Amino acid sequence: MIRSLGRMGINAFGWLGRSWIFLFYVISGIFGALKRWRDLFAQLYSVGVLSLVIIIVSGFFVGMVLGLQGYNTLSDFGADESLGVFVSLTLVRELGPVVAALLFAGRAGSALTAEIGLMKSTEQLAAMEMMAVDPLHRVVAPRLLAGILAMPLLAAIFSAVGVYGGYFVGVGLLGVDDGAFWSQMQSAVDFNGDVMNGIIKSLVFGFVVTWIAVFEGYDAVPTSEGIGRATTRTVVNSSLAILGLDFILTAIMF
Amino acid sequence: MIHSKAVETTVGVFIALGLAAILVLALKVSNMNMFDADDGYTIIANFDNIGGLKVRSPVKMSGVLVGRVSDISYDDETYEAVAEITIDPKYAKIPEDSTANIYTAGLLGEQYISLDAGGAEDYLADGGQIEITQSAVVLEQVIGQVMFDKASGDDEE
Repeated sequence: MIRSLGRMGINAFGWLGRSWIFLFYVISGIFGALKRWRDLFAQLYSVGVLSLVIIIVSGFFVGMVLGLQGYNTLSDFGADESLGVFVSLTLVRELGPVVAALLFAGRAGSALTAEIGLMKSTEQLAAMEMMAVDPLHRVVAPRLLAGILAMPLLAAIFSAVGVYGGYFVGVGLLGVDDGAFWSQMQSAVDFNGDVMNGIIKSLVFGFVVTWIAVFEGYDAVPTSEGIGRATTRTVVNSSLAILGLDFILTAIMF
Repeated sequence: MIHSKAVETTVGVFIALGLAAILVLALKVSNMNMFDADDGYTIIANFDNIGGLKVRSPVKMSGVLVGRVSDISYDDETYEAVAEITIDPKYAKIPEDSTANIYTAGLLGEQYISLDAGGAEDYLADGGQIEITQSAVVLEQVIGQVMFDKASGDDEE
């Protein structure tokens, strides 16, 4: 009993330590990854472009739901002109970065873990080491960088599409005044205070999600079961990290 | 692996789309092209009570946004609230004897300062002060006034 508790503690700290050492190795290879921009582009394609469809579709639906729900509540107070403010602030501050990051973890993070885990189990990483190519620099660094770059862009697309989703429902279907929708939004949303803070949030989420994903892949037990577990851990851990960090970042920023 | 030219093109489209989204958020959603609070000129108005006025509250003339409240402090010599207003340099011709009132936009809306132009020949410059001000209407005071009037009216009958 006591022994298993001790083993659990040692494992937890070992995991934490390995992930930090891993991170420092990878970061030391980031400048090299910038120079090999073809690799970076290929990774941007697989984490960014391939996530685009799910981000745009969910952004539009989230915006439409916000439009509907916001209208129902706001019209009780006769304040349905504030729908634009409600939709845009919700998206730009919270839902854009957070939901986009959760989708990113499910769509791109799990794929990264599985890919690197499979590379490990088929001994491709070991083969690279044999050829004196550092897999952390060559394989992992461009993926981490691509994740950090893609996440803010995806979150911005999510928010922008969501605002138009809210506009579609609010102005198009429910008859909120077009001019009031945009003008109230513009006077209430501050670029530095709201939009930039949302982008900073999504940068942090992109970093954390990709870090967890590539580390879990690299740290996976190289069996089919181990890769499956690692993929699950990526999605669970990065979702928890996103929500926890979101609270801390919101408390600091707003 | 997909052909690298196709990858580069789609990644280019992705990045362009992302930057366009940030641009939409900047210009359409948050209206960044509005004047920067730093490059206007500052005038001061003292109020007995500023009600719910906040930093960044709008300042309007004839309903047009001409500036924003840039700072609010309390003067413990005169026991008045001091509102510092930054005016867009486009609107440089505000007569010196203009008056400042605090109004509420709508029944539950935000409070803003409305400047009413006076008739003086000279215009307010940086650091100038608006002498004639009217405080925010505090709902409790109005209700109290009405009840007081009603009560005193009943006495006379």
